[in-house]
Amino acid sequence: MNLSPDDKVFWQAGFFKLNATIIYTWGLMFVLVVGSRLITQHLSTEIKPSRWQNILEIIVLGINQQIEEVGMKHPQQYISFLGSLFLFIAMASLFTIVPGYEPPTGSLSTTAALAICVFVAVPLFGIKESGLGGYLRVYREPTILMLPFNIISELSRTLALAVRLFGNMMSGAMILAILLIITPFIFPIAMSVLGLLTGMVQAYIFSILATVYIAAATRVREPEDNKNDAENKTIKTAKKG
Amino acid sequence: MLIDWFTVIAQVINFLILVALLKHFLYQPVLKAIDAREQRIAKQIAEAEEKKAQALKELERFKHNNEDFDKQRNARMNTVINEAKVERERLMDKARREADELRVRLQSELKNEQQSLTETLINRIQEEVLLIARKVLTDLAGTTLEVRMTEVFLERLRALNNTAVEELKSTFASASGPFFVRTTFTLPGEQSTAIETLIKELFGQDKTVQFEVEADLICGIEFSARGQKIEWSIADYLSSLQKNIDSMLKTQLQTGVLNQADRHKVHNEQSV
Repeated sequence: MNLSPDDKVFWQAGFFKLNATIIYTWGLMFVLVVGSRLITQHLSTEIKPSRWQNILEIIVLGINQQIEEVGMKHPQQYISFLGSLFLFIAMASLFTIVPGYEPPTGSLSTTAALAICVFVAVPLFGIKESGLGGYLRVYREPTILMLPFNIISELSRTLALAVRLFGNMMSGAMILAILLIITPFIFPIAMSVLGLLTGMVQAYIFSILATVYIAAATRVREPEDNKNDAENKTIKTAKKG
Repeated sequence: MLIDWFTVIAQVINFLILVALLKHFLYQPVLKAIDAREQRIAKQIAEAEEKKAQALKELERFKHNNEDFDKQRNARMNTVINEAKVERERLMDKARREADELRVRLQSELKNEQQSLTETLINRIQEEVLLIARKVLTDLAGTTLEVRMTEVFLERLRALNNTAVEELKSTFASASGPFFVRTTFTLPGEQSTAIETLIKELFGQDKTVQFEVEADLICGIEFSARGQKIEWSIADYLSSLQKNIDSMLKTQLQTGVLNQADRHKVHNEQSV
């Protein structure tokens, strides 16, 4: 029994290989992109849009609203990254209803890749928002003594993200496989439904945690910025006087 | 080993490609469409607000116009009512004047008719009275009316006292012409001689007496000179009769007019 779809290799040439994880990921990407393309090529600005457009708008606006509720000022800047995380993980879980399919998120490589993306995206968005110095200052908050712990926290939460998603998705697929051997009727269907629910919850958790990390990285500097702005204004006024 | 690093790298690249593709094919178009729709809705709402404001303005204008129209209508109505009042007064005055004129004319006609009737009646009565008197005198006294009238006239002349005779004498003395004796009928020779003799006895022998027949004189004899005259006629008898007839006619006419008015009133009420 394969613990991960990585082990199902279709083609290999030295370091390069094509395994089930990559193939299923491409499949998901194809469905997502082509589906989006098909729907969005006939977008209407009328008061009453089409059903598919309505569904897409609900999804996009829902993601947008979630990002906004976490506390980000401009959700449009982050929706591509965070929305893609959610949609990819959610679709990966949803497709478990297709027989023979294995979710790529059940591979620790995929979850690690996603966690690495988040790990890299957090400082990138933080630097973009508040500058390199501003972002790095976050690590010595509240005191410089906390610097190692902040770095450990950053690494551990990335690891936690990867392992949490992998554990949940892998366990779901594993339980389903074991149950199919033991009780091949009815019960696996119930477990499959439960797996769908778990997958959706995991997609939400993963993307909302990523949102919170990015929000934390981009929001830290705001009060100081305001303070600096106020100081600058005071200096300018004094000079004029 | 649970982690295959090639797969990790491939999945990172895959994910980044997915982010780029979804951004291009999903998020941007959908967000743009939503923004466009929001703008469209905002524009439509703004247009609707503008139209509403215009409609309110129009409504105010119409209200204002209606008020003006009402005012003008009331003013015209008042003018017309006043003009109608004036016209009514004018027509009423005209009708009143015409009614007055008609009433005066009717009264005048009535009076003339009454007078004419009275005259006719008196003439008739006079004729009848004379006829009766003439017949009675002939039947009972064996004399004629003319003879008896002459006798009465002579008695009246004789009955004049001296003062009156003298006064008349002095008046007649200055008169140059003859004395005139007017009668309604031709006096027989005997009676005319008797009258002439008595006049000459009383007022002087030098004057001549001239007899004339006067149709207007009501059955009598009149002696006159220089505006003074002595007469006898049945006019005195007839005057009281005339008074009685006049009053009787008036009473009858008034009663008739009142009855006619009553009938007219009843007729009007029935018509209503």
